[in-house]
Amino acid sequence: MFAWAGEGGMPSTEVRPGDNAARSAPDGEPRGGLGVAVWATLKRDLTLLMRRRSEVLNPLVFFALVITLFPIGISPDPELLATIAPGLLWVAALLAALLSLDSLFRSDYEDGSLEQLLLTPQPLAMLGLAKVAVHWLLTGLPLALMAPVLGIMLALPAGSYLILAVSLALGTASLSLIGAIGAALTVGLSRGGVLLSLLVLPLYIPVLIFGAGAVQAAIMGDGASAHLAILGALLALSLMLAPWAIAASLRISING
Amino acid sequence: MAFDSFQDFLAMGGHAPYVWASWGVTGALLAGIVLHARAERRQLLRRLQRRERRQATTDRTSHQTGGQRHEA
Amino acid sequence: MGKIWSFIHKLGSPKWFYAISARLMPWFWVAAAALILVGSVWGLAFAPADYQQGNSFRIIYVHVPAAFLAQSIFVSMAVAGLVFMVWKIKVADMAAAVMAPLGAVMTFISLFSGAVWGVPTWGTWWMWDARLTSMLILLFLYLGVIALRGAFSSRDSGSRAASVLAMVGVINIPIIKYSVDWWYTLHQPATFSVTSRPAMPLEMWAPLLIMVLGFYCFFIAATLMRTRSEILRREANKRWVRELAGGPS
Repeated sequence: MFAWAGEGGMPSTEVRPGDNAARSAPDGEPRGGLGVAVWATLKRDLTLLMRRRSEVLNPLVFFALVITLFPIGISPDPELLATIAPGLLWVAALLAALLSLDSLFRSDYEDGSLEQLLLTPQPLAMLGLAKVAVHWLLTGLPLALMAPVLGIMLALPAGSYLILAVSLALGTASLSLIGAIGAALTVGLSRGGVLLSLLVLPLYIPVLIFGAGAVQAAIMGDGASAHLAILGALLALSLMLAPWAIAASLRISING
Repeated sequence: MAFDSFQDFLAMGGHAPYVWASWGVTGALLAGIVLHARAERRQLLRRLQRRERRQATTDRTSHQTGGQRHEA
Repeated sequence: MGKIWSFIHKLGSPKWFYAISARLMPWFWVAAAALILVGSVWGLAFAPADYQQGNSFRIIYVHVPAAFLAQSIFVSMAVAGLVFMVWKIKVADMAAAVMAPLGAVMTFISLFSGAVWGVPTWGTWWMWDARLTSMLILLFLYLGVIALRGAFSSRDSGSRAASVLAMVGVINIPIIKYSVDWWYTLHQPATFSVTSRPAMPLEMWAPLLIMVLGFYCFFIAATLMRTRSEILRREANKRWVRELAGGPS
């Protein structure tokens, strides 16, 4: 489990303090700077998550399972399923993304590497953004790619499959960003899981509305570009604001 | 006056349960806020005062024992 | 200008806030009681019945003020959180802490009265109407802030976490509101706005305005009162609080 610490793939947090002391520039700025730090964080998190595959797979299995529950709980009638499919797929994907949030900062918090992240001279917001990017890459994106398959099972009308995947890809990026704020706020709490969903779910509603709306519009043949544009706008807004909130929340959770 | 009699007023044109339920719950909750704030303040003040009294008596006794020890 | 700044600065000190609020609070209580009394009598007994909804429309006089307050309290809570985070003014956090339950109660009042109003209007207790849905989400936001503050064992961490969440929430409230409105476009137009002329006749909206003002005064008075208690609780070991409780001067 700790094998990665000695390997080359983990330079961001462990090596830098030494770096800093050994060859810091006169102004105290370590070599490399922001780009290197963000890249290192990205690479490290990707490597770590690839080694804990179950953490990546669990949300996907959860997504498939929840989608299986609905026809059993409601009715296998394809016509009925088709009308509720956009909402079901979106809600289930949203819950799956929520499920994976708790572990976003958890292991880093427990092994102390989050504290190291706070001590780096690079802005914490950017490093947090890198971690969120990895989370989206390994949760949101797979969910988006998997959704069309589950769409078939729910008799989702043709012509909306691409929009479903695109809206989920765009939407889950916002979900990861907003959810990371909640994850950062609750990472220091021993029973943060339920609280996390209470904090985050109300903030997810706009994304859900426009995400499911996009698929609905595609089914109606109205064109979903307006919905996708709004999803993009929501993503831009969360990209601008969420990193700062994540950074502030991480500071509270660790220093407090 | 929108009503002819007090009976009329209470009946609210057949909408009595809805109007009076809304107003009643609102009134009860607002009153509850006031009562809770008052009880909270009184309880706090009482606790602080009790602590000061206790502090004063312990101060006095410790002062006395200290004095006795000094005499001895 | 300097005078105003020194006044604000003094307000930041718990001791001064305690003294100043003691002088302000009675006025707000009196104003709240008078306005709510006048507004209630006027709204319940003297305002004409709505030609469509009959007397059930009188629920508006508690529903709308509570809904206004529910939103305003969240904004004030976020502003107080910002003041606390930026200037480290503890009184701001104490105010934010007491505002959250108050706002949750107001949200509940507006939800409850809205649901009850739904029975004669829509024939059902609950309709996924835009305004009720937004209010329900707002209630969850309030519960989140309250729960988060309580979840931390250190008071300072809880305060700062709740401040961050309140600020995140206040940025999201308009987005949530507009997206829910868009989602459910079949809703009544806003009943009352300060800027545009209301469509209701004067005898109908005048009591509403009085009730709204009364509720605001009530909120300010209740917040001041509970903030004062919070000051006593958190500053219990300060010399001035001990003197106040009859301790050695």
